[in-house]
Amino acid sequence: MEIAVFILFALVAVISAIAVITHPNPVYSTLSLIVTLFATAVLFVLLGAPFLAALQILLYAGAILVLFLFVIMLLNLRRQRSTSPRGRGQVTVAALGAVLFFGTLAASLLATGRPEPGALAPVSLHQLSRALFSHYLLPFQIIGLLLLVAVIAATVLARRAPAPEEER
Amino acid sequence: MIVPWVVAVLTAVVLMVWVERRMSALIQDRRGPNRLGPLGLFQAIADAAKFIFKESLTPAGADRPLYLLAPLLALLPALTTFVVIPFGPAIEVSERTLRMLVVDTDTGVMLFLALASLGVYSLVMAGYSSNNKYSLLGSLRAAAQMISYELALTLSVVAVLLPATSLNLAAVVDYQVSKQWLGFLPGWNVFPQALGFLVFLVASFAETNRLPFDLPEAESELVAGYHTEYSAMRFALFFMGEYMAMTTLSALGVTLYFGGWTLPGVDLAAVAATVAGWCGAPQLFGLPLASWLGPLFGFGVLMAKVALWLLFFVWVRWTFPRFRYDQLMRLGWKVLLPLALVNLVAIAMLTVGGVL
Repeated sequence: MEIAVFILFALVAVISAIAVITHPNPVYSTLSLIVTLFATAVLFVLLGAPFLAALQILLYAGAILVLFLFVIMLLNLRRQRSTSPRGRGQVTVAALGAVLFFGTLAASLLATGRPEPGALAPVSLHQLSRALFSHYLLPFQIIGLLLLVAVIAATVLARRAPAPEEER
Repeated sequence: MIVPWVVAVLTAVVLMVWVERRMSALIQDRRGPNRLGPLGLFQAIADAAKFIFKESLTPAGADRPLYLLAPLLALLPALTTFVVIPFGPAIEVSERTLRMLVVDTDTGVMLFLALASLGVYSLVMAGYSSNNKYSLLGSLRAAAQMISYELALTLSVVAVLLPATSLNLAAVVDYQVSKQWLGFLPGWNVFPQALGFLVFLVASFAETNRLPFDLPEAESELVAGYHTEYSAMRFALFFMGEYMAMTTLSALGVTLYFGGWTLPGVDLAAVAATVAGWCGAPQLFGLPLASWLGPLFGFGVLMAKVALWLLFFVWVRWTFPRFRYDQLMRLGWKVLLPLALVNLVAIAMLTVGGVL
């Protein structure tokens, strides 16, 4: 049963992820990304992390991708085919990156081996928050700082340029 | 356990169509629909029949798959979010205690918020796929509005979860039962968290696109906003989705702030046992009658509270004028969000200080 659910949603995730990068219409790409996130959320639930799954849907599917769609619709990028040229250098670098990525992934998977069934006990919310706010407090705070920096940077970039720069 | 919810939510839609029209008539000193059935109660059936037999048009140039998917998605959050709302005293089933909520997990209210946040896609997809500038404008407004108010809504919910020390709404109800404010008020969260309740209330109006925040479908500016191009049953699905979202959000509000399925000073489990005793305490489908009556009474109490909340929704709709868009954004970001944060910090301090 679990295997069947896993295979189904893993397939959905992979197919929709492929659709994200191949679909000519950016709106459909974004919607495919939502499907990918949803399928991954189901995989999280299978791994005993329902809280992570809920967060993923709430934050990514429910908020961030709405903003993606918002921008795409505002710019009216309807049915626009990608016109950016694909040089040979780009293809080479991309292929190299892909091989490296899959190599690392395969190596780490082979090194860790298959976990015993039941080794992944569901993590309770109390355990999770205790770990997050004691053992991982510093990384947590640093990520918060990083997000704050990003917010400030976005505000600075989005601000209307001051008057003297208008002659640009 | 899912059956009473589906029945209740669908019944609420049918009743609300009638209530909304009768109550608006009452407020505006008119009669409202009163011909079909007693007090015009069958008006909803006539409306449904009309929707079913009308022609479903698809505008030229519409993005067909998305255009058809959008009204279906409108029902998705409305038909799933209630799974985390408790509706009765726990019962014993084959020596296990079964709490009366469909999905009894740690994640609790997060699941509600996550699923509810997906509601915006229906509006965005409808607006985008209709190939109509009014629809597009309406859905842009909807996206901005729902994201802005979701923050305030979530923060006010978090403040309720703090003293209950759990995300599970059953624990929130238990917490409210265990408390009593000033010696005579029921232990409802609305008293210590009046500020958070106010934020929740205003944000819930915005989240359900109800007046005074129905900017996404402002008739005077956008024809009908995101559902301008929808007709017949497809339009009705949006309509139903709105009322269902109101019902589930009211159920959440009642659970968070008004003690959920409980009545102050009344132990529904004991009442159920007494009533079952009058009937000779028979077994029903392998369970004692009291185990059936308890959740039934709890559900009734919950729905009565939800009904009052829904009446408030209607009352507000026909009393207040619509906000302007900049006013809406200012209220959301500059008033509600800071208020929600102040409330959160205050509640956190009171909780740590042992007052709550």
